[in-house]
Amino acid sequence: MPSIEPVDLQSVWLTLKLASVTTLILLGVATPLAWWLAHNRHWYKGIVSAVVALPLVLPPTVLGFYLLLLMGPRGAVGELTQALNLGRLPFTFAGLVIGSVLFSLPFAVQPIQNAFEAIGKRPLEVAATLRAGVWDRFFSVALPLARPGFLTAMILAFAHTVGEFGVVLMLGGSIPGETRVLSVAIYSHVEAMEYGAAHVLAGGMVAFSFLVLLGLYLLGGKAKT
Amino acid sequence: MIHAHFTLSHPNFSLDAEFQAPAVGVTALFGVSGSGKTTLLRCIAGLERAKGSLQVNGEIWQDDQTFLPTHQRPLGYVFQEASLFPHLSVRANLEYGYKRIKPAERKVPLDQVVSWLGLEHLIARGDPAQLSGGERQRVAIGRALLTSPRILLMDEPLSALDSASKQEILPYLEGLHRELAIPVLYVSHAMEEVTRLADHLVLLQQGRVIASGALHETLARLDLPLAAFDDAGTVIEARVAQHDEPYHLTRLDFSGGTLWVGKVDQALGMPVRARVLARDVSIAIHAPQGSSITNILIARITELRDEGVDKVMVKLSLGDCHILLSRITRRSRDHLQLVAGMEVFAQVKSVALM
Repeated sequence: MPSIEPVDLQSVWLTLKLASVTTLILLGVATPLAWWLAHNRHWYKGIVSAVVALPLVLPPTVLGFYLLLLMGPRGAVGELTQALNLGRLPFTFAGLVIGSVLFSLPFAVQPIQNAFEAIGKRPLEVAATLRAGVWDRFFSVALPLARPGFLTAMILAFAHTVGEFGVVLMLGGSIPGETRVLSVAIYSHVEAMEYGAAHVLAGGMVAFSFLVLLGLYLLGGKAKT
Repeated sequence: MIHAHFTLSHPNFSLDAEFQAPAVGVTALFGVSGSGKTTLLRCIAGLERAKGSLQVNGEIWQDDQTFLPTHQRPLGYVFQEASLFPHLSVRANLEYGYKRIKPAERKVPLDQVVSWLGLEHLIARGDPAQLSGGERQRVAIGRALLTSPRILLMDEPLSALDSASKQEILPYLEGLHRELAIPVLYVSHAMEEVTRLADHLVLLQQGRVIASGALHETLARLDLPLAAFDDAGTVIEARVAQHDEPYHLTRLDFSGGTLWVGKVDQALGMPVRARVLARDVSIAIHAPQGSSITNILIARITELRDEGVDKVMVKLSLGDCHILLSRITRRSRDHLQLVAGMEVFAQVKSVALM
């Protein structure tokens, strides 16, 4: 029976932490963005949609590369964080979170946007004629009706963050306890010919991913009936 | 008093509608589809943002400086489809607006609405998806009433229902008059609903108000497109005066005469609205003898208007304030030499009770 090494366990926890923090932040970022995209008819909606969807098609290394430049000592964000005495973001957990949020953004925005669009204007108009103000309408009508979209968004964002590799490698390196997430740990084990340890982590990932998708489809099937 | 004036311009539709309506009874916004009646109603609700002004009972809801958002307007709105919230129970749907007004402003008690609309067993069923179309619309009407609105806006509330469900809802809409003293703006393109429910008529055509006034007067205007409808006609407000049990008939009295109709299940003295279509009224210049037609009324011709190449619409006044329309052929008019001011006998072949 293969057992997990303490340093790998640390990677597992770090990955879960990264995915949880990323998912929470994404909920906060993606919800207003999805709302805006669902209710906007301006020509520039297309531009915003394209930018949001960009991480779907970009190689993660490209995203990681530009983030590294941007957050590095000479990058605009890097200069800002240094001026604010926050230090530099690359090769830190905070830097990883920023990278993950951008990388998984479309996976969070699109299901929520679809859910908002499917609701349409009518239920919100009905709520307005029943004296509900803007926020009241959002929380009492839009959110509950969009719940399946939010669940999908959370699961996808979480799972996608767990599985990311390219962005992390470019932006975080492999510092144990700080940036050495699961995918990076597996890569390191394989490079060091430690196939046993790699199997434990990789097999665990397969099982995890399958369970997430299974949950998603069972949930989706339930929502339709 | 409701005073509304809105202008709106879209690429293929423009609205420039102004009307006044009394703040009592039912005012129908009537017109063919595309005439802008729903848009006008949405402007009044603040769901559509148009330039213009709106006053309801002296309160300014919109003018050049003000635009009250929908949720701050004390109105009830019943949409074409019931639009119940699918994530809430029937009860929670009913209470949605009720909970959002101050307790002091809750003038319409929950139990009263529930029992009046017969909603007890619908609440017991729980999920709105379990209700039929007519039942859902009843809940939607209750939900709107429970916000104690100062005006109730209804956008073709019956048009999405089958005729059985319509018959189920109509008595409640008629009862709105009596049960709750809330003025109603009722959008419809169905003449039958309008003549049955409305007291006041606002006629829309291509985004403009072409006529507005009391229902019985507006229906009788020969200069409006209404008179050209196949089912053009007028309404008469009468009272139940006598029941003839053996023959199963009821006599209705109004200030311009009497009408015998099929037995009405109403007590003596109750008000009844009768609708007489122009195609069911013929004219005789001498008192008809030996006619099977029971209802023959003495009337005075007040106006004649040619309709197409072969028909003439004749407006007849009965007493002081009642009007009948009669559609006859041009040849009959010339034969009988009918002119305005003549006293004639109007033979009414059929009366529909509303």
